[in-house]
Amino acid sequence: MADTTSFLLLLTFLVAIAGLLVLIWALTRQQLHTSSKAARVIFPPGDNVVEDAAAVDVAGLAAAVGQSPPDAQRQAELEVLRATDQSSRTPVLLFASSAIAWLLLGSVLGLIVSLKFNWPDWLVGSPLLTFGRLRPMHLNAVAYGWLSMAGVAVALWLLPRLLRTPLRGAWLATVGGVLWNLGTGLGLLAVWLGDTDGLEWLEFPWYADILLVVAGGLVATPLFLTLRHKQVDHLYVSVWYIGAALIWFPILFLVGNLFAWFSGGVPQATANWWFAHNVLGLWFTPIALGSAYYIIPKVLGRPIHSYALSLLGFWALALFYSHVGVHHLIGGPVPTWLVTVSIVTSMMMLVPVVAVAINQHLTVLGALKALKYSPSLRFVVIGAMVYTLVSVQGSLTSLRTVNTVTHFTHYTIAHAHLGAYGFASFIFFGAFYFLLPRLVRFEWPYPKLISAHFWTVVVGFTIYFVFLSIGGVLQGLALQDGGVSFMKSVDVTLPHLLARSIGGTIMTIGHVIFAVHAFLLLRRRGPARQQAPWAATSP
Amino acid sequence: MSTARSPDHHDAPTGMSVPGLFAGAAFIVLFAGGVLGLAPERQLSDLVADEGLKPYTAQEARGRELYVSMGCAYCHSQQPRDPGQGPDGKRGWGRASTPQDYLFDTPHQLGTMRTGPDLLNIGARQPSVAWHMLHLYQPRAVVPGSIMPSYPYLFEGKPDDKLLPHEQPLTLTGRYAPPAGTVVVPTDDARDLVAYLLSLDRTHPSADLEHLADGDHAEGAPPKKPSP
Repeated sequence: MADTTSFLLLLTFLVAIAGLLVLIWALTRQQLHTSSKAARVIFPPGDNVVEDAAAVDVAGLAAAVGQSPPDAQRQAELEVLRATDQSSRTPVLLFASSAIAWLLLGSVLGLIVSLKFNWPDWLVGSPLLTFGRLRPMHLNAVAYGWLSMAGVAVALWLLPRLLRTPLRGAWLATVGGVLWNLGTGLGLLAVWLGDTDGLEWLEFPWYADILLVVAGGLVATPLFLTLRHKQVDHLYVSVWYIGAALIWFPILFLVGNLFAWFSGGVPQATANWWFAHNVLGLWFTPIALGSAYYIIPKVLGRPIHSYALSLLGFWALALFYSHVGVHHLIGGPVPTWLVTVSIVTSMMMLVPVVAVAINQHLTVLGALKALKYSPSLRFVVIGAMVYTLVSVQGSLTSLRTVNTVTHFTHYTIAHAHLGAYGFASFIFFGAFYFLLPRLVRFEWPYPKLISAHFWTVVVGFTIYFVFLSIGGVLQGLALQDGGVSFMKSVDVTLPHLLARSIGGTIMTIGHVIFAVHAFLLLRRRGPARQQAPWAATSP
Repeated sequence: MSTARSPDHHDAPTGMSVPGLFAGAAFIVLFAGGVLGLAPERQLSDLVADEGLKPYTAQEARGRELYVSMGCAYCHSQQPRDPGQGPDGKRGWGRASTPQDYLFDTPHQLGTMRTGPDLLNIGARQPSVAWHMLHLYQPRAVVPGSIMPSYPYLFEGKPDDKLLPHEQPLTLTGRYAPPAGTVVVPTDDARDLVAYLLSLDRTHPSADLEHLADGDHAEGAPPKKPSP
């Protein structure tokens, strides 16, 4: 038995290292030809220009970065962008508005669930209101409703841009959007009524899952069709991230659900956490990172710091992230070799995370003033910084000495929200501020609402994360102390859970502000602000 | 703006074609799925039930379905840890669990939170039906300061003269007592759920911990000998 385990451990490690060596070899072979050209594929030929739809003062933004503001000479480039933006307009708007609606529902569910910790006798008259049903509804609504659909919206908008060709088969993605909404709605209804698969992140029963699988296929197809018609010599790094995410998610979802339906016991548990963690790392993360890799340089008018480093970050993410899932089961009835693999790969994740950090943060360094002028940039840069933080936190949390304290506590919940919200949601907020006006050719009508959204979610989430993390650590320390009663570990969390509800309330207000403003934008209501070159004077 | 290119032009900067990229990505995730899913499945496929582990009865299985559908696992774990990892044993939560303990558990309910205590051995720790009934109806009636939700809908109130011979009313006092002249009795759902909770007893020895141990280092328990 020891032989088998050592063999498996060694094999996994060798494959990961071999992959990395192949990558490094390939990079050194190509590096001289591609590094700066590939990074500039997102700018019009010979011209770096700042742009942001949500910026109130574009001239100020340009001055902060040391570039010149957009001018009429960019007309040809604008025509290209307009064509690609309009080609995916319908499915993007469908996915984006659906995502925002699910965000509202998910936020309300999250708030109700949070309040129940402090008011356990509130809303208990029916199984339809019990914590154990509303909590998975919150998770699935924000994961498959808000985050997934926001990610798809950004992917459908970004890929044609990066390939400089209109989206082919956009109607397939639109049908996919309808089915995705149906699948998510049906799944939530099923869980609400008690028909759940019983596994975290895999609760939706098969009839809802099927709809999501079909919807996913319908969305991915146009993107791969469009790839074949690309009009660029170099695939920008975001294309890699987004394309890979679209391959990974259907595989993950299908295999994860097969284990949910046909497996049991400990093997099912390890597969459960392979799935759940990979939804974060191989679905949400690559789309969010791909968006950041575009928006940060695009708004600043400067190319990403090191293109070769971005490719290293991509492949290292793929190779290492896929094995970390079992760190959710440290200390559990799980083969030791598997836990060790998950901890080692969790630590190795520092490699791609540092690569991304160097890249994205150094690109922004020296132009931090630009954050004042560009809401898109503000949201995306904060999201990117949080990515670094939450990933380092995750790596450290996987170490056994840390994990014995934090496992089973609210600290894990706080960490999960730092990633899903502080990182991914913030980047999607920034991306929406950037892309939505371009689709309706109308600028955000009320910049003060953007500020209000920004500050409520920043303040609200900071309260959420700080207090819940502290509460979780205190809880964990109490649980580790055999001389202290279990109830002590509960008592110690109560004020922190209340603070979490307060933070969550403020965040929800921010989401309502965002949703209202987005609604006004999409209906082109409110003052027509300064004319950006791409804003239509005629439809 | 665009340039004419031959169909097999390799544009991806690492020298791979686009299909190569995507095949690579697919391989990586499937390989990981094999490592984290299939390999443990096969490694643990020769597990034999410990003496002392029985399949769930029909009633216990119904109760387990309720446990799953009510989402109990979102607050309760079912995986006591080794003394090296935490004082779970001292809290009376039982020995470190092994894969054999979950042979009949589909879906698994290992859980990831301890908002409430670990339940894998709750049947051994708290074998009183009356206690569980009271606790489900109103946790704060038996555990002051508990934040567990109450489950009044697993019970029904009825006038005390309508009480059937086999029905056991809950002993509720003070602020939790029902209106005068009425009693609270469990429904079948409550009976099934409590039957399941009482079946949660893995205190019997587990045959071996070989599946967990790497030679001298065991994840979950002392190597090579079962816990008491």
